[in-house]
Order: sequence, then C-alpha cells, then structure tokens
Amino acid sequence: MQCPKCHAPMHTYNRNGVQIEQCSGCRGIFLDYGELEALTRLESQWSQPAPPPPPAPQAYPAPPAPAWGAPHGGHGGHYGHGHHHKKSFGRMLFSS
Amino acid sequence: MTADALLPALTAQAVRAAHHRATGGCPCEAAVLAVRPDATVVRHAGAVAKAHAPGTDPGPLALRLTTAARLPEILLPPLTAEPAPLHDRLVTLWPYGAPVDPDDPDAAPWEAAATLLARLHRSPAPAGLPPMRGPAKAAQAMARLHAAAPDHPGARAVARAWATLPGWARAEAPMPGPGSLCHGDLHLGQLVRHPAPDGPWRLIDVDDLGVGVPAWDLGRPAAWYACGLLPPTAWTRFLAAYRAAGGPAVPPAGDPWAALDTAARALTVQTAALAVAKATEAGRPVDEVEQAVVDACDRMSRLPPRLADATPK
Repeated sequence: MQCPKCHAPMHTYNRNGVQIEQCSGCRGIFLDYGELEALTRLESQWSQPAPPPPPAPQAYPAPPAPAWGAPHGGHGGHYGHGHHHKKSFGRMLFSS
Repeated sequence: MTADALLPALTAQAVRAAHHRATGGCPCEAAVLAVRPDATVVRHAGAVAKAHAPGTDPGPLALRLTTAARLPEILLPPLTAEPAPLHDRLVTLWPYGAPVDPDDPDAAPWEAAATLLARLHRSPAPAGLPPMRGPAKAAQAMARLHAAAPDHPGARAVARAWATLPGWARAEAPMPGPGSLCHGDLHLGQLVRHPAPDGPWRLIDVDDLGVGVPAWDLGRPAAWYACGLLPPTAWTRFLAAYRAAGGPAVPPAGDPWAALDTAARALTVQTAALAVAKATEAGRPVDEVEQAVVDACDRMSRLPPRLADATPK
C-alpha cells in the first residue's frame, strides 16, 4: 500500500504479533482496526516487573571507575583505539 | 649552558662509560635520547649519560642514586655511585635498557609495571630520602598552565579541578604518613628491559623518587582509565598484578577508588594542564584525547573528592 500522507510505499512489520505498516519515506505508521488495542495490551504487560536484562556482551563486568570519569564510567576506552587517536594517546602514555 | 654546548660533553661521558677508555670514532650505536628543559639524555652503545635539570640538588640526587643501586631487581642500577658535575649540570651514568615501543602501546608491560611498583612500595626507603616529588610536579604543571594559557577555556576547568585537591596533592602540605618508597613519575617511558633487548623490566628515572603516598604511582594508569583512554582490560591487568604482588596502595580486594581518587584526580589535572599549556604554546587547539582529560577536570570540579581519601590519615 501507499502512504496516505507522502505516497511512498509502506512496508509491513510484525511486532509481537501485531501487523504494522510503516512508510519507507516519512516513517509514519498505519495501524489496522484493533491493532492499537493490541499494542496497548502488550504495553501493560511490559510494565509488569520486567525480566532481568540480558547479560552484557562482555565476559566480565567493567571494573569500578570514579564518578568524575568519562561517560559510561571509562568503560569505553574508545579514545585509545582507532588509528588517529592512538597516536595522541600513545604520546600521553609516554610523557610526564 | 645551552644544549649545543652540553651535548658533546655529555656524549663524551657516555662514550667513556661505554668503553672505559677514550676512543675516537667507533662504530657503536649512539643516539640523543632526550633533549628537554628538565633533562638531556644521550646513549652510546651500552651506556647512557643523563644531565639532570639545572638546579638539581646534589645531595638528594645522590640518595636517589643510592636507592637505585640498592634495589637492582626493581630499579635500573646506575653505573656510578655519585652524580658528577659537568659545567652547571649534574650527570649520572646508566646501562642502556630497551624501552617500551612507543608505536605499540598495546604491547605495554602492564603486569611488569604493576609488580615493580608493588615491590618498590614494599621496600624500605634509605634513611634521609626526601619526599616523592609527584605533587611538586603537579604544581609545576599548574604554574606552566597559568603562565602559558591563563585564559584558555580549558584552563578554567583545570584550575577548578585543582582546587578540589587536598593540600598534600598540591605540594602545599606534607603528604600523609608514614609513606612508602615511591617512583613519583610513573609512565610507560619509565620502563626498560635490561639487558637489552629482552632482559627483565626495570624502572628508570629516579629524579622524583622518594617517600610518599604510594597511590600516586598508580595515579596515571588510574587517570587514563577513568578518562576513558585506557581500555578496562589493561587497567584490570595492571590493578590485579599490583594486588597479586602485595602492593600497599590499595586494599587487596574490592573497589580501589577510595584509595586512588586523589592521585588519579591530581594526575588528570597535571596531564590536562600540560596538554593545554603545550597546545597553546604550539598555537594549536587541543586534540580529542587532550580534550577528554580536560573534560574529566570539568566533571571532577563539580564533584567533591571521596571522603575516605579526603580525610588526612
């Protein structure tokens, strides 16, 4: 079907058993009769006590870091990686 | 004396130390390893000659040299027992050791560095050894920042972070005692393999060695990790090796940050101060890594220090 707003083609997705049409252009969403109620029902289930979150992808928890540390507690280490940043951090590792 | 005048004389000392006699023109491997305001270092074959900073006090330097000579399993032992005057500088002679490859920081010997520090911190300090100079170096960095870039936006964040530190960390009060034998300026340039190229790792550079708060020596790796620069794996390896070797700066298990917070803050401030000063002196903006350290100063200026560490012991 075509989006009633911008006329781009719409694609169908299945979200927890609810068929959702989303426009590939404006990202607008079309719901069939009863689907909004189905989503509301699902939402109320989700607000029940949630199951424990899946384990983080890393094998060990990140070590503690101070509150003033980098966002995400200094767990990123992202400045030390990557070709460009490695050079500058490398200099820092070797100077007083 | 300028570096131009110092270098030939210093090189001659390295040549004599390497060959135990004067030689003219030899095919040995030789290089100027460093020419900085605080040190000029030249290598000739298996010997290194270091001219220490102008104004270095000979008495404390001799005691620091003695300490290195007594702990050859931890510190690179000097070739000569006493510093020797050369014009207006003091010169010490050392065996050459192979450094960490600066182009391959991932190969850094984190376990060896931590183990050497733990053993150093557990070693008795020779009588009369002066205080470790880490806080004095941090204060020097702040003075350089103030002189070079007082109006830099980063400088204000760094100064506010500096103000969160206790007096001892700013070299305004004695360090809390009784204190351990500390290196005082640990970074990856302070480790060499001796004998080169694959002997055991040893700590070098005794200029800041002394009695003080041992957490200071863990402060740079802790700061790099806290600022998001050092991967958690490297920090974990370093900390675990330090604990396994019985290092006294942190409790043997649990969250180490109550013990590390002041030193990590101080070394973050020192690093940021020098980064902003050097960038300003070079007429360039701070790069992303330097900005990460300045940003950490900005955050810490809005957070009081950990109480467990702020209380003088």
